[in-house]
Amino acid sequence: MNDGAAHDPGETGPGGRGRARLLAVVAVTVLAAVGASAYVVHARRESQRATERAPHAATGGDWASVSAGPHVVFRNTGAGPDQGKVAVAPLTDPAGPRALTPASCDRVYATRARAVCLSAHTVLTTRSYQVRLLRPDWSTERDLGKLTGLYSRTRLAPDAGHAAVTAFVYGDSYTSPGKFSTRTTITPAAGGAPLDLEKFELVVDGKVRRDRDRNFWGVTFADGDRFYATALAGGKTWLARGSVAARRLTALYEDVECPSLSPDGTRIAYKKHGDLPDGQWRLTVLDLATGRQTPLAETRSVDDQPEWLDDQHVLYGLQSGPMAARTTDVWVADADGGGTPSLFIPNAWSPAVVR
Amino acid sequence: MRDRPAAAGGAAGRVATTVLLLGVVSLLTDISSEMVAAVLPLYLTAQAGLGYLGYGLVDGAYQGVSALVRMVGGYAGDRSDRAKWIAVIGYGVSALSRIALLPAHGLAAITAVITADRLGKGLRTAPRDALIAAASPPHALGRAFGVHRMLDTIGAALGPLVAFLLLAAVPQGYNAVFVVAFAVAAVGLAVLVLLVPDRRTNRGTRVRLGDILREVTGARLRRPLLACALLGAVTIGDGFLYLVLQQQDELDVRWFPLLFVGTNVAYLLLALPLGRLADRVGRARVLLAGHVALLAVYLVAAGPVRGPVTIVAVLALLGTFYAATDGVLPALVSRLVSAETRTSGIAAAQTVTVVARFASSVAFGALWSAVGARPGLLAFALLLAAALPVAAVLLRGAGRTPLPSGAAAASPEPAGSP
Repeated sequence: MNDGAAHDPGETGPGGRGRARLLAVVAVTVLAAVGASAYVVHARRESQRATERAPHAATGGDWASVSAGPHVVFRNTGAGPDQGKVAVAPLTDPAGPRALTPASCDRVYATRARAVCLSAHTVLTTRSYQVRLLRPDWSTERDLGKLTGLYSRTRLAPDAGHAAVTAFVYGDSYTSPGKFSTRTTITPAAGGAPLDLEKFELVVDGKVRRDRDRNFWGVTFADGDRFYATALAGGKTWLARGSVAARRLTALYEDVECPSLSPDGTRIAYKKHGDLPDGQWRLTVLDLATGRQTPLAETRSVDDQPEWLDDQHVLYGLQSGPMAARTTDVWVADADGGGTPSLFIPNAWSPAVVR
Repeated sequence: MRDRPAAAGGAAGRVATTVLLLGVVSLLTDISSEMVAAVLPLYLTAQAGLGYLGYGLVDGAYQGVSALVRMVGGYAGDRSDRAKWIAVIGYGVSALSRIALLPAHGLAAITAVITADRLGKGLRTAPRDALIAAASPPHALGRAFGVHRMLDTIGAALGPLVAFLLLAAVPQGYNAVFVVAFAVAAVGLAVLVLLVPDRRTNRGTRVRLGDILREVTGARLRRPLLACALLGAVTIGDGFLYLVLQQQDELDVRWFPLLFVGTNVAYLLLALPLGRLADRVGRARVLLAGHVALLAVYLVAAGPVRGPVTIVAVLALLGTFYAATDGVLPALVSRLVSAETRTSGIAAAQTVTVVARFASSVAFGALWSAVGARPGLLAFALLLAAALPVAAVLLRGAGRTPLPSGAAAASPEPAGSP
């Protein structure tokens, strides 16, 4: 284009060609504006329509009566106005009509005595999470605050005396690309300051580790004091056994993330990274007495802290359908590595089994 | 529309139309890319269901790729003598990557699309800066780059705003954000293709790779490039500095984006005045003064005083640093190389800086892990203070010696020219 004027610094004269080009730019601008506006209007209408006609998960019944028996607590991810509400379903018919509670949580864990609820708030482009303890009637018992970070895992001790929460510390992807940093706290439900696991003593192979990049996540409680969690030190992840009272963690087995202790206390279900590509995990069960590891029949990558349905079955959340559809389901797999994984509750996330 | 680079308009004269047009192209492209960058963390974690580890990977790809192709863009610009069209390819690839985000689901696809966007950025930067240099009178290069970077930064500030408004209008409307980003980038591309003159600087001479290598490693550029490497190696990435501020003051995560905004505001306010100052007192001096501001950033951030005053001071000083270096560097370099190898020269200086800063980030990250943020900052402050006089010696004469017009290609200055 315009080669003839190449040596002349002021080549685009005010002549006809210049005007034609200016008109072309105006035309492109108008086209882009009209096209983009049309798309936005279309997308807006489409999103409203999708909300209206999406299959709402069947609801019904009253959460109080469902909660009287053994039940599963979860986040309702079915489309519609009730998306995000905590729901309960009886263990006898988990995929049947769900009873909605008044609470809204992105991640929830519950016992008979209380529940812990992480709820996200998006402000501008950042998300902050609020951590609350809820009473059995789902009203707020205590606000554990809104700290920096994105909360991802939460568990209660069996006696509900402690709540553990893991947050991804915001912005740490800067410190080492591809890595992340977490902050995990255990808070006494009765009151008192949260205990930061990074302040606990970490013992690996009999030696106290003081690496500054120690990270902990995914607590699962054995009783009012003892718990398990993932510890990262020196570039390796470990299953660590901890004691709240002793303020100490002891590394047991390598490559164990987001552990979940079986009801009988003998096994740990967890995400194993192994030699999978980055960002992928295989659900595995570890026998604490023998150290034997059993990969479950679920071959899809699971990025969730599992939950035990009973001593034979493990529950976990999975993305379903295309990613952008943002749908999740809760699946169940046999803990012995056999069988075929099956859908446990459609349009659900963050299951917690309450007996 | 008329460019008159030769017309000695004096300090008060207008900036060449080409520079303004390239500024508009950058403004529109930056609106587009910052729209996407602003929603990407949310899109990847909340919407696409990608874990945070996945996000870290994408983020790494986003940061690291563009440096690698910058030299390619520089060489292609000089070799083909078609800087504008190399820039068009770069801007075009980035614009198309917006649309490619619509069908891209999953980590691999999204990483590929973002990598393509950054490749486009790497490719276009040096040819575009060479066009700015070619269209501007030698004595007003700092001002020209100042105007361009100001427009560029306005775009960067507007992008997230547009994205917020769109997300407010269309809940979960990430595709709408991508489509609008594409439309904005397309207009920028149209301005570049249709209105920016296809300026050719080589006057028909065919530039060989050997010529470029000789020039880039030659005596005129060697010492400034060394200075760039030295200064870059003690420059902590702004992400780290924001993290330091955020952690020291337990700043609510919601205010984190405002830190970027604060730096950008200081940058866009100061880009033009500091560019003009560079034309008057010497580009090397302003470049060095910018690093003095950076030194002040380290000291204030590591200092005992906390609170909003410290945060504002750090952001203002950081904006000053960028305003005194980002546009001033190509202005400085473009007068040190012949017109035929200008694109490569600019690309070399930018690549050296980016690579050195990347190494510095890795080093600072390790230092932070080992001894903590504050001692790390103080150590880097010490290193920067030591590097400054060395850089000053290396840059001596580089800032103000204008290249005798036309003579440069034929006979590069002998080594160690004053």
